[in-house]
Amino acid sequence: MKTIFHLLKKEFRQIFRNRAMLPILFVMPAVQLLVLSFAATFEVKNISLHIVDNDQSSLSRDLTQKFLVSDHFKLTGISFSSDEALDDMQRHNTDVILHIPEHFERDLVRNQKAKLMLSINAIDGAAAAVENAYATTIIHDFNENIRIRMADQISLTGQPKVLSVTQSFWFNPELDYKTFMVPGILVLLVTMIAIFLAGMNIVREKEIGTLEQINVTPIKKHQFIIGKLLPFWILALVELGVGLIMCRVIFGIGVAGSIWVVFLFAAVYLLVVLGIGLFISNFTHTQQQAMFLSWFFMVIFILMSGLFTPIDSMPHWAQVITEFNPVRYFVEVMRMVMLKGAQLPDILPQLSKLLVYALVMNGLAVAGYRKVA
Amino acid sequence: MEIRIESISKSFGDVRALVDVTFDVNAGELFGLIGPDGGGKTTLFRILTTLMLPDSGNAVVAGYPISDYQAIRRSVGYMPGRFSLYPDLTVEENLKFFASIFGTTVEKNYELIRDIYVQIEPFRDRRAGALSGGMKQKLALCCALIHRPKVLFLDEPTTGVDPVSRKEFWEMLDRLRQDGMAILVSTAYMDEASLCDRVALIHQGKILTTDTPANITVTFGRPLYAIRTSNVYEVTRDIESYAYARTIYPFGEHLHYTDKREKPDPIELEDFLRGKGHHDIELTAIEPTIEDAFMELAETHSQILTQ
Repeated sequence: MKTIFHLLKKEFRQIFRNRAMLPILFVMPAVQLLVLSFAATFEVKNISLHIVDNDQSSLSRDLTQKFLVSDHFKLTGISFSSDEALDDMQRHNTDVILHIPEHFERDLVRNQKAKLMLSINAIDGAAAAVENAYATTIIHDFNENIRIRMADQISLTGQPKVLSVTQSFWFNPELDYKTFMVPGILVLLVTMIAIFLAGMNIVREKEIGTLEQINVTPIKKHQFIIGKLLPFWILALVELGVGLIMCRVIFGIGVAGSIWVVFLFAAVYLLVVLGIGLFISNFTHTQQQAMFLSWFFMVIFILMSGLFTPIDSMPHWAQVITEFNPVRYFVEVMRMVMLKGAQLPDILPQLSKLLVYALVMNGLAVAGYRKVA
Repeated sequence: MEIRIESISKSFGDVRALVDVTFDVNAGELFGLIGPDGGGKTTLFRILTTLMLPDSGNAVVAGYPISDYQAIRRSVGYMPGRFSLYPDLTVEENLKFFASIFGTTVEKNYELIRDIYVQIEPFRDRRAGALSGGMKQKLALCCALIHRPKVLFLDEPTTGVDPVSRKEFWEMLDRLRQDGMAILVSTAYMDEASLCDRVALIHQGKILTTDTPANITVTFGRPLYAIRTSNVYEVTRDIESYAYARTIYPFGEHLHYTDKREKPDPIELEDFLRGKGHHDIELTAIEPTIEDAFMELAETHSQILTQ
């Protein structure tokens, strides 16, 4: 116990003596929270729109107008030829082309049916899907209005009633991406502190040769490992606290559930991540190697965490892989507790999985750590 | 006996780092392990300090077999060849840290390290990484001594240290020996061998000989001549064509020469060299040093290997 205390004292002394450490602990998370939370949004604004209006009728002008009043679209060109519009897209001046064919109004009035065409630049697939959805909504809206107007004009009494569907979003009523992203980004911050700093710290002792000196002392394996991991466990929890305060103050996102549930889960989660860091440090000899290996895992963990892309839309095999991704569980739980107000019983499945994960990971890491070469 | 090594061997793949190494070190003895880089010195240290297991053979350190690593780690001090203290902790913090993990305090063992520590005490608040080479070694020695070990292992403690600090360092070892500590020190500097009580010459993982420095030079057993010349290269080449030449090695600005005959004829050799056009040469009979003995033994050893 006393030895661990001395090791901790030494570790904290070194951590806070490192000039880069305080900025890493307090400035880096602030910057990431501020930048990522605003930048990492799936909302697509200012979509450049090119309209090819070959009809020049009152209805086609109505439709054009409907696009122009929407916040999402901005008109970058109007022409009479599809070729010209496509050229425009080739030059990256426009993302969406709306083609209104000749006799659009005539066909619509006479045949109750007319055709429109949307051409969307799909180099960025995700954006294209969103743009398509926006444009379709506007056209759909327009269509409704026409039906009502025409029904008036023709006074058809037998017109079927239009069934309209309205939506409302729970837990994030305005579908604000910040509300959605911020809890997830907090997870990233905490994970980075744990996986990089802890792993690299041990490898650093190997690199500068102090590990050899430590190994010739009566320090026991578990004392050394606890002395190495505990400081970063504490720092990461402090970091989480700082992040939660920033969420409340800057974004107005509080914790809907209990803050203790968040910390309890984080405490277990950090054991897993620190175990991974320790595991990596067993197999590396320089900080550079440790850094690259940690990055390898980090990138997989982040991209497969459901933070940026929903896990439900991944192929089945990828969904199976995410079961082994600790970041996935923490992102899930953070969103559940912060936005939905989930209680301890609600997160028990994730908590128990992580507990098992923590035991296995640390078991492997401790077994792999050798004092005798 | 504080260290007893019995036919220890260790290989790394095809490289035989240690071959059947055997020797003892007594309490109160300053024992030198002398040999060039890559001779197996560090490997032997790592085995004796329980950082590595030998392929075969036994060793007893401070009364414990090397399998009892926990007991050994409590009773030995080890100073690795590479500076391995925390560069971001100060002199005092390093010392206190190593005292605390051995469950002792700096105050308790202060008189043991006092002579060394007073020299670095003015820099107690300086970070270890910012110390000069000699200071670093003194601090490392203090840290290795702070728990009053029975056996002290010093792996090339004076490599890269200036001559004055080297001298001071050896004086400190001399004092520690008088306290009854067994000290095993390795070095590639042959001139340091004469400061040890006994030395073992190690070459390519093999112990060539173990004896006192004086005895080792006596066993050299041949007249030795030093030739001073300004043209080392030409003279070496010409002597190789001299009929009675046995060995010729460059030693600093001199050449050390031995003859095939029991009683060499220096005048004849001088004439021979004059005949080759070397006029500014000076030939003197000298006493062999450890280094001469080492070269001699290493040469015999490689001849045995090639046969």
